[in-house]
Amino acid sequence: MIRLTDVVKEYPNGTHALNGLSMEIQDGEFVFMVGPSGSGKSTVIKLLIGEIEPTEGRVMVNGFSLRNIKEWQIPHLRRTVGVIFQDFRLIEHKSVYDNMVFAMRAVGAGPREIKKRIPYCLNLVGLENKGRRLPSELSGGEQQRVAIARALLNNPSTIIADEPTGNLDPARSLEIMRLLERINALGTTVLVVTHERDLVNRFDKRVVMLERGRVVSDGHGYYGRRAL
Amino acid sequence: MNKHNFFYFIKEGAFNMFSHGFMSFAAVGITVACLLIMGTFTLVAVNANAMLADMEAQNQMLAFVDDKTWTEEQARALEKDLLAVENVASVTFISNEDAAAAFRDKYEDDELFQGLPDDNFRHRFAIDLVDIGYMRQTKEALEAVPGIGKGNVNAYEDEAAGFITIRNVAGVVCIVLIAVLFVVSVFIIANTIKLTTFDRRDEIAIMKMVGATNGFIRWPFVYEGFLLGLFSAVIGFFLQWGLYEAVARSVATNDTINLITVVPFEHMWTYVAAVFAGAGMLIGVGGSLSAIRKFLQV
Repeated sequence: MIRLTDVVKEYPNGTHALNGLSMEIQDGEFVFMVGPSGSGKSTVIKLLIGEIEPTEGRVMVNGFSLRNIKEWQIPHLRRTVGVIFQDFRLIEHKSVYDNMVFAMRAVGAGPREIKKRIPYCLNLVGLENKGRRLPSELSGGEQQRVAIARALLNNPSTIIADEPTGNLDPARSLEIMRLLERINALGTTVLVVTHERDLVNRFDKRVVMLERGRVVSDGHGYYGRRAL
Repeated sequence: MNKHNFFYFIKEGAFNMFSHGFMSFAAVGITVACLLIMGTFTLVAVNANAMLADMEAQNQMLAFVDDKTWTEEQARALEKDLLAVENVASVTFISNEDAAAAFRDKYEDDELFQGLPDDNFRHRFAIDLVDIGYMRQTKEALEAVPGIGKGNVNAYEDEAAGFITIRNVAGVVCIVLIAVLFVVSVFIIANTIKLTTFDRRDEIAIMKMVGATNGFIRWPFVYEGFLLGLFSAVIGFFLQWGLYEAVARSVATNDTINLITVVPFEHMWTYVAAVFAGAGMLIGVGGSLSAIRKFLQV
């Protein structure tokens, strides 16, 4: 579960990114977080993965309190959260399979576990036959699916996708969203940060809208229709 | 650390090292040079110490009984007084007869000396010192013993002082150089590792994103530094060996300096190897740890 309570984030340069933001995401939910540039979406993601600390307020992610988290606990928090970025963040000189091995190795997985888990995740995203390819040999949509497979490797309870379709055409974007929807159906909480109105409106999901560091609307339905 | 991770870290460390061939080469080169300079000064100090020890063992002082007319019994009675002098390790009595015989043996080809009477020689004592650094003070103390007297003690003060100076200078230079070169080597290795970490910052960011601990991220870089240091130590050791042997050969064949005794490298190669390996690895690991620290604060 994710819970942010009266969160304020002020950066050292004086920018107020979040101004008393409160929201809650229950386990197994699928949530879109939308808002214009500078509304605080990226700051929320950074807070949720322990990259920054809140100036005020409380942040709870999968049982970890980010307000007073110890440095050694951050890797353990991150193993419960799979993150997907707009630019895929794959290692170009490693094959798809080796990218996956790299991510599993990084959390100390053994060879037996690696052999079992990688084919399962590649199969889940429909790339079971592309393991030996380099990322540059794949389309943008396929690369994003590799990134999703990688995010799933450590069996996280939450997936956070930061503009996952920003580099994709509408057909591929829809594919990725459907894939995230399927992953959510398997019980994983999914938080998608985006500003693609049309894409959001094709799904009947909870939409949280941010503006100037606050939640200005929260509900099921169409992006931009409902306000608090 | 499980065995899978151990081999993974070694593999990654070696990969890092070879993927930045030129910087690794530069780091190894500088570290080898630093180890060589450190090693050379240390070996000079070791040899100076060995020569001093030799002098202590070989260059006895001779204290002559002042009065030629003293009987052997009278002269022998001085032994206790001489042993009581500070810094005296042992005293051996040599009668005038023994001294004359030794002299004649030494110059057996020279007929002129063969006819010298025994009473031309004085009774004497061969004296070993605890520390030749106090040769002058000991000589003065021995001259003050009644029955010996001023001017009756032979000592090689100048030679001893020369060696002591060499030992002290080499010791100081050695310590200063070791400190300076150690810092330089750590700095160079740190820069090499920094280049590697900069080149692999995306990989580090991915590792952090998926939940790798700082320790896991750090290990391959530590191994890289360790391997760079170890390579430097191995190369440095063999170069030092070659250099030392070459110097030892030239000392042995040079007419003016062949009196200097050079400690054979075989007698100390294990110490040199251990010190080189220890210093190389310390420099490598220290350099990599200082380089990676900044990149882990993500």
